[in-house]
Amino acid sequence: MPSEDPLVRDQRSTQQATSEARRDALARMVRKTVTFVVFLALLAGLYTGYKAFGQAIDDAQQDWAVVGSVLPRTDNLNMPPLSEIFGQFGETPGGQDQIYIKILFDEALFTLREAAVGFVVGLIIGMAIALVLAQWRRLEQGLLPYVIASQTIPLIAIAPIIVIWGRKNFDVFPWEWQNWMSVAIIATYLTFFPVAVNGLRGLQAARPENKELMASYAANWGQTLWRLRLPASLPYLFAAFKIAATSSIVGAIVGEISAGVEGGLGRRILREAFNYTTGPDRLFASVLGAAVLGIFVFLVVIGVERLVVGRQGKGAVV
Amino acid sequence: MNAIEICGATKVFNRGRSNEVNALAEINLTVEPGEFITLIGPSGCGKSTLLRLIGSLIAPSSGQVQVHGKAAEQARLDRDYGMAFQTAGLFDWRTVAKNIELPLELMGWSRTKRRARSAEMLELVKLAEFAKHHPRELSGGMQQRVAIARALAFSPVLLLMDEPFGALDEMTREHMQVELLRIWEQTDTTVVFVTHSIPEAVFLSTRVVVMSARPGAIAANIAVDLDDRGVALRDDPAFFKKVTEVRTALREAEA
Repeated sequence: MPSEDPLVRDQRSTQQATSEARRDALARMVRKTVTFVVFLALLAGLYTGYKAFGQAIDDAQQDWAVVGSVLPRTDNLNMPPLSEIFGQFGETPGGQDQIYIKILFDEALFTLREAAVGFVVGLIIGMAIALVLAQWRRLEQGLLPYVIASQTIPLIAIAPIIVIWGRKNFDVFPWEWQNWMSVAIIATYLTFFPVAVNGLRGLQAARPENKELMASYAANWGQTLWRLRLPASLPYLFAAFKIAATSSIVGAIVGEISAGVEGGLGRRILREAFNYTTGPDRLFASVLGAAVLGIFVFLVVIGVERLVVGRQGKGAVV
Repeated sequence: MNAIEICGATKVFNRGRSNEVNALAEINLTVEPGEFITLIGPSGCGKSTLLRLIGSLIAPSSGQVQVHGKAAEQARLDRDYGMAFQTAGLFDWRTVAKNIELPLELMGWSRTKRRARSAEMLELVKLAEFAKHHPRELSGGMQQRVAIARALAFSPVLLLMDEPFGALDEMTREHMQVELLRIWEQTDTTVVFVTHSIPEAVFLSTRVVVMSARPGAIAANIAVDLDDRGVALRDDPAFFKKVTEVRTALREAEA
């Protein structure tokens, strides 16, 4: 029965639209998963196809200038077959008593710990910088260039310095300083930056009418920060967290390599690179492991974003 | 005691600079408790500025604004104001109920009291079943009703509204006007309402304050003494007479 009251009609269509939005969300998730799997299959097909193509040219003793010059050679040293790369996960390398995937998993956990500590510390430092810069606009003009300049120093240059400082100077802490903590600091160096820059933008993103509203309630600085400016900055912050999370993995891996820290994926990749000629598939497998770790932390951030930001951004149904 | 007392208030923006704007010149206005007054005038006549002066969101360049016998600034700190703006300005990350509870949280109400009050307010604006929805799931008209519920939640003595129905379609707008009047009658607040619409001003208010532009000044005070403000009033000859009266005053103000 059609209602004459537009308010009631409004409500009915809103309820209907909400349930439709939920169904759409499910369909979207299925579609995304299918797309992802299809894309992975395509990548694998491309790799295998190109390899087979190169092999065929070799067999026919033809010379195609592009293959082996611009594009990689297709022999097993340069492009191990996918079956061998994935098969490697189940193998037990010489001198070890665990299968390779278990070794990689443990080392990924080690790297993840460095990255996670680096991420959290970077988040705190980045937010602190954002808060200070947002509070005093003049500082923003004075300090922001230095924050940006900090990112132009190559990571490889500062990594050894931090490790040396860590060994010699960081005994002020109540706990014993370990090398992996230095790597965490290196990861921090990459993670604080996106958080600071996006956090600053986010803290300034609250709508003027909302600020006026808080002023009309005589809300103090802390109340306005906690109830308006921080929540309003969340979309910006999560965009930064996604960058920061993957950067923290990069920072941890590069940090391990240049600092010579044992036990993580960075060290693993370096070792497999040395032993490349005897086991190219192991290098590929370990790099895959690093990629999976990066994707994992990215998904974790997306999951947390869903939980925290929840429905507010989505489901604009009316 | 008067609800609002404005004595010789002026507002100059960017004083002494090339872009200096003389927004308000010598405003004198007295509003009694329980009045529903509407500020109407051409764009740029400073009606929103005047509303913000009353609400102490900006300070006058000279003159005084008093609310219930105290300075506007003090009234704001005492949380005497409820405000609703042109856009609903709800917090997207809060549910409808939580939006209404926002001022109550700031005032330190207990959780149970907040819950009870937001439920009560949602009942008042007929949105009870949407307590757990998020603002973006609501239509513009529904959002505006939540904003009004939020403004009224802590029973402010003074309700300041800046074109709150400006973005609504005509049908919803008329419904909202009726709702607002019903709420106003139930709660005994004093309302200052800014609008562009002459029929809206006449329909809602007990007094229409007509303003002229450049610099903003009060051109006329028109008392509206219509009794029954129901749906039928919109077709009443007395209503049209008042609309014409306000329109004439506006024209004179612009001339």
